[in-house]
Amino acid sequence: MTQSPVLSVTDLVVEIPTRRGVLRPVDSVSFDIAAGEVLGVVGESGAGKSMTGSAVIGLIDPPGRIASGEVRLNGARIDNLRPSEMRRIRGKRIGMVFQDPMASLNPLLTVGDQLEETIQVHLGLRRAEARKRAIAALEEVGIPAADRRIDSYPHEFSGGMRQRVVIALALAAEPEMVIADEPTTALDVSVQAQIVALLRRLCRERGAAVMLITHDMGVIAETADRVAVMYAGRVVEIGPVREVVGAPSHPYSVGLMGATPSTSGDAASERLKQIPGAMPRLLSIPSGCAFHPRCPRAFDTCDREAPPLLRSGSSLAACWLCSPDHQHLVQSATLPEAIE
Amino acid sequence: MLAFVIRRVLQALGVLLVVGFISFCMFQFMGDPVEGLLGQEATEEQRRELIERLGLEDPIPVQFVRFVGNAVQGDFGLSYRLARPVSELILERLPATLELAFVSAIIAMALGIVLGVFTAINRSGFAANFIMTASLIGVSLPTFLIGILLIYVFSVQLGWLPSFGRGETVEFFGWRSNLGSWDGLRSILLPAITLGLYQMTLIMRLVRAEMLEVLRQDYIRFARARGLSERAVNFGHALKNTLVPVVTVTGLQLGSIIAFAIVTESVFQWPGVGFLFIRSVEFVDVPVMAAYLLLIGALFVVINLIVDLLYFVIDPRLRSDRAGSH
Amino acid sequence: MASFNQRLQTALDSDLAFAFKRSPVAMTATTIFALLAIAAVLAPLIAPYNPFDPATLNLMNGFTPPMEANEFTGQTFTLGTDDQGRDVLSTIMYGLRISLFVGVAAVLFAAVLGVTLGLLAGYFGGWVDTVVMRIADVQITFPSILIAMLIFGVAKGLTPVEARDEMAIWVLILSIGLSEWVYYARTVRGATMVEKSKEYVAAARLANRSPLAIMFGHVLPNVMGPVLVLGTIGLALAIIAEATLSYLGVGAPPTQPSLGTLIRVGQDYLFNGEWWILFFPAVTLLALALSVNLLGDWLRDALNPRLR
Repeated sequence: MTQSPVLSVTDLVVEIPTRRGVLRPVDSVSFDIAAGEVLGVVGESGAGKSMTGSAVIGLIDPPGRIASGEVRLNGARIDNLRPSEMRRIRGKRIGMVFQDPMASLNPLLTVGDQLEETIQVHLGLRRAEARKRAIAALEEVGIPAADRRIDSYPHEFSGGMRQRVVIALALAAEPEMVIADEPTTALDVSVQAQIVALLRRLCRERGAAVMLITHDMGVIAETADRVAVMYAGRVVEIGPVREVVGAPSHPYSVGLMGATPSTSGDAASERLKQIPGAMPRLLSIPSGCAFHPRCPRAFDTCDREAPPLLRSGSSLAACWLCSPDHQHLVQSATLPEAIE
Repeated sequence: MLAFVIRRVLQALGVLLVVGFISFCMFQFMGDPVEGLLGQEATEEQRRELIERLGLEDPIPVQFVRFVGNAVQGDFGLSYRLARPVSELILERLPATLELAFVSAIIAMALGIVLGVFTAINRSGFAANFIMTASLIGVSLPTFLIGILLIYVFSVQLGWLPSFGRGETVEFFGWRSNLGSWDGLRSILLPAITLGLYQMTLIMRLVRAEMLEVLRQDYIRFARARGLSERAVNFGHALKNTLVPVVTVTGLQLGSIIAFAIVTESVFQWPGVGFLFIRSVEFVDVPVMAAYLLLIGALFVVINLIVDLLYFVIDPRLRSDRAGSH
Repeated sequence: MASFNQRLQTALDSDLAFAFKRSPVAMTATTIFALLAIAAVLAPLIAPYNPFDPATLNLMNGFTPPMEANEFTGQTFTLGTDDQGRDVLSTIMYGLRISLFVGVAAVLFAAVLGVTLGLLAGYFGGWVDTVVMRIADVQITFPSILIAMLIFGVAKGLTPVEARDEMAIWVLILSIGLSEWVYYARTVRGATMVEKSKEYVAAARLANRSPLAIMFGHVLPNVMGPVLVLGTIGLALAIIAEATLSYLGVGAPPTQPSLGTLIRVGQDYLFNGEWWILFFPAVTLLALALSVNLLGDWLRDALNPRLR
């Protein structure tokens, strides 16, 4: 990476204390995103994708908390800020798009109310100016007749249009970084591509870094520059999209890609068939590599030691198979240095 | 929207007609109105004349139409017990009841919403838990016991507040009000708290439950993600959405407040219509009972209607046929 | 009936009994309620005096404070005496009898009426359903205490003057019962409509069972759970309604005072410092209402697996 990243996450651990023990939905996660870059984060539900996004924007529901690790935005730590400081970052420097546009907008306020309130909070504009900017923001996301539609309520928009409004809200204060959490899952297949393209275009124009959380490999293949694959709270593989999608290194990524049809149809049921077993519950994560009970290529080291991210082509994969001398490891089980 | 309003109004009229018919039946079949009005010593001639004058021998439908006609004009005949026109008795006492109900409703709503929001936002705090437990006991207490308890503490023991009656009242445009003098305000305090307490606990629990539900919604998360302050999120977004169902229930509670005023008025000997009604039940004063039934019926129907329409104003989703879906 | 017995057995054997043993609130509430019920049922046997027997009354005993010897007669009363020299403890026990009897009878009446109408409405649908539910809709807009007062007034008007005191208790049961049936009818109707579409009802129909046999033999046992919960909470409501009506002077007559009547009488003496005439009946009423309420709350949670 040539320039310094917009977002830099290092060894992030999120813990949720419960009556039956401390859960770790996010465990030692590290990644960077550069300006104008789209990082796709994929994995099954419960893999920790959304929780990672929540941790970055500081919205983990109590009693969950960031237990260790760092989140840096353009070099400055943001994971240990006071709530009032973090609030000034949310919406202003990091925008977020949620899964269900129906549920993300307050049904009792017009889209104009919600846009203006966001703009006023972050840019300190007067009402009339905020309204002008709100109309411009709606036009930018492709809402026809924005000056009239601004006074409509969310229920008066279609699903796709609503998600455009949500994107306008997330980008209203020109953030450096956008987290999109399953932005297309709740939409009709026919509008999914448009919404993803819109998000990508707007972020590219502004040079914003994008963290695109999804379980839809089709969306990733079309949109992302790099991909992080998550499993049971850890990043198991991260690298350029061509390589991770086209020639995955981690057996879990292999299963995930192999199970995804080329069109972005309903792949969920098929995918689960392709990888035997199910992702472990957070209370019973297996020892060593969390994937080893389901892994077709597991060997005896796998259940003893959790693999670090190892170089594999231009990607990194957390799998002992990527160790240059894994044959040797089979016998000696010594821990090699992780290759940075 | 117009169709909705018309339908609701027609339904309301239907309910009123049913209530009217019930109160007509009370007139018709309970006791002997002639005896009620003239006493047992009346002569046969007087009786004949009264039966003639009241039209008691006309066919029932004719009598019902006449009854409705009279009721619309506010004519409910004479009270058996007090031998005065019922409408006069009710009009005399209505301001006292309405004022009591109004002050109670304000207390119940203000405290109920504030405490509900407080207990929802500080869900696991000690104060919130204490308030919730106390409210559970409050719900089990009969209203009249609360009134007696308040009288005992604030009138008998402390001697701070009067224990019965309206005290000094000030007349505004023919409306005798408690709210115009210090003595009047002191007098209305205990009855209003007694009457409002139960409704307050209901509103508080409802606001809390609704608010907790709303705070779980995605748009609250999204509002936080947009960097809005906790205050803007809690009060600008969450509270507004909480208030939709709360308005309905609170509106409907207003009817209950007026009905429960019967109990409170008896405890504090408050000279309102409820007190009048309970005496009329005790003495089987049919015209007063029937008129009270109609009055309460009309009040309830009107309140329900207003609540329905208010719901409509608050929630834009119900108005969508006006805005037109695109 | 097998299914009901079986279900009851299962419930008693496992979850319910288990939950009961683990809930101190439920245990305490049951103990208090049981003590009050025993005191009520056995009042004629265990009450120190019969407060309605003029022979044992001595006006000289009036206003004796609790646990103090009367200044004229030297007699001591645990909870003191009222204005007429009646032992407060005894009047409470007899009053409890009336309160509980009216409460239980009103709930039974409301439940039988509501369940029957709910079953009919849910099972047959059509105009039966429309009529029953329309009445319920109109009635439910009004608070039940108001309905009870009106029914009480009407029924009182219809009974001959000389029989009024005698009939008062029954009129009270009727009016409270009639004001509460709606809740049972609504619940049972909903449950019946769900049960009706299940296969066992279709099977019973195919076997040519009569609608009545199906309703009471098959559908009813399956809607008993919610009815039991409603009944318990309804008992607390009925007890409070009875006390309120009697307190207002439109319930139990002075010759058969319930707890509400005793409180009504006691309030007059509160200002003179004779607090015990009001205090003990009030505490008893509170204990009764609260214990039944807590029991109802607990039962609702215990029978509803979703809330556990």
